[in-house]
Amino acid sequence: MTWNSWHAFFAMGGYADYVWGAYGFATLVLFWNVVSAVRKRKAVLKMLRELALADQAPKETGAQRYVSE
Amino acid sequence: MYKYASPKNFYALAGRLIPWLGTITLLLFVFGLYLGLYVAPPDYQQGDSYRIMFIHVPAAWMSMFVYVMMAGAGLVGLVWNIKLADMLATASAPIGASLTLMALVTGSLWGKPTWGTYWVWDARLTSELLLFFLYMGFMALQAAIDDPRRSARAGAVLALVGVVDIPIIHFSVVWWNTLHQPASIGSLGRIVSPTIYPSMLHPLLIMSIAFFVFYFTVVLIRMRGEILARERHTGWVTQIVRSGMEAQGARP
Amino acid sequence: MSQNLLGTARCIFQRDLILAARKPADVATPLAFFVIVSSLFPLGVGPEPDVLSRLAPGVLWVAALLATMLSLGRLFAGDHADGTLEQMTLSPHPLTPLVFAKVAAHWVTSGLLLVVLSPLLAMQLNLPAHAMGTLAVTLLLGTPVLSLLGSVGAALTLGVRGGGVLLSLLVLPLYTPVLIFGAGAVTASASGLDTKAYFSLLGAFLLLALGFAPWATAAALRISLD
Repeated sequence: MTWNSWHAFFAMGGYADYVWGAYGFATLVLFWNVVSAVRKRKAVLKMLRELALADQAPKETGAQRYVSE
Repeated sequence: MYKYASPKNFYALAGRLIPWLGTITLLLFVFGLYLGLYVAPPDYQQGDSYRIMFIHVPAAWMSMFVYVMMAGAGLVGLVWNIKLADMLATASAPIGASLTLMALVTGSLWGKPTWGTYWVWDARLTSELLLFFLYMGFMALQAAIDDPRRSARAGAVLALVGVVDIPIIHFSVVWWNTLHQPASIGSLGRIVSPTIYPSMLHPLLIMSIAFFVFYFTVVLIRMRGEILARERHTGWVTQIVRSGMEAQGARP
Repeated sequence: MSQNLLGTARCIFQRDLILAARKPADVATPLAFFVIVSSLFPLGVGPEPDVLSRLAPGVLWVAALLATMLSLGRLFAGDHADGTLEQMTLSPHPLTPLVFAKVAAHWVTSGLLLVVLSPLLAMQLNLPAHAMGTLAVTLLLGTPVLSLLGSVGAALTLGVRGGGVLLSLLVLPLYTPVLIFGAGAVTASASGLDTKAYFSLLGAFLLLALGFAPWATAAALRISLD
């Protein structure tokens, strides 16, 4: 058995700061990768949706304005 | 097989693959961490600080692999004019850059207990730093060019020049390092030798595979975003956008 | 203009030299930069001769790198602005040798002049006299590599916003092998060691860059002008 207790596990033989710091940073980077990738696709979809809406709705008002002028 | 080379089919295929790849990545990470942090014994010289190796080494390997992927995809896009290859190159860059940063930070955190200082101009760390600059250059160049076609092709040429230069940079740095480093300082790579214990080798291998599958999962998600952005004028993307609007209850 | 390829390439080479001679300020600015940067170091680190002679190889080589990089902007910018570059891509000759002629002219008006200036600055930084020859030879072998690699970056950033800073980001990491072996050779020679290996490696880099860079630059120019 490598670890005698949970306490020993978290202490990492006195290297807790470095080991957990490194693993923490790695987790952060991995999460950033997933979140930013998902967000990017959602942002593109949202932009396209807004473009589609802008294409439908204001076309009529634009035409009306043109006629009224 | 060829039908998946069209962005539309690839988009659908990637959408089906991502949940599977994501699950595999997660399982591999859990298993690798269990072996690396729980099962593996401490190193007789470095104690428990060597456990940083299980993320530092895979991150360093992947950072180089992703650059080669980027250059390879760039070449395919350049020669055969395949849009998906261009998108693969563009989508790979931020992942590769972030893994390079991870290799740098974890290497520096491993260096502190090993060398007594956070930064030493060790051959591997220096190479990673230069690789990080190369990634920055690639991303800055692509971001500075608005036309997607020109942006992809310019990036591809830069990545190809980089991939020819990387082995030379690495060789130069190793040469320079042996000249300037006192031999008493052990390299971080010392522990990764043919005599490594299986109990330390297995978690390293599992974590490497986990990082590998992780890259493909994230690159597919990124590519789906790129496909939507670059194919926005096609009918099938319009359909996806429409159906999304109906699902939400289209507001005026 | 002569019809054959060699004649055309020579024509471009001579034309670029004449253009440089007509605008000497453009040529002189990177050289002045080289001199000023090297002269700032003693002010920054102190005038102790021992410290300076230790730093000299690295300082001179880094300054040469930066000066070359600054001069890259004018490599294609003028020809791009007046349409000459478009004409070159449309000419019946392959673009690669024409690009090579332009890069050669660029090196004569930048790298070669750095070589000529370097002994003066080496003296200023207290580099041992026997290392000055090595410095000149490494610069002679190394600066063409800088011009060749730099031409790829210059072609890629042609007409791109933020071109100058972007160019430095693209090109400087690629320059590191030349820096390492160039400065390494001068350091070795200053401490009385053999420099043959350094010269062979710098020569190898030069051959590799000669074979690969003009072709990559031509490809990059076609992309930028597309």
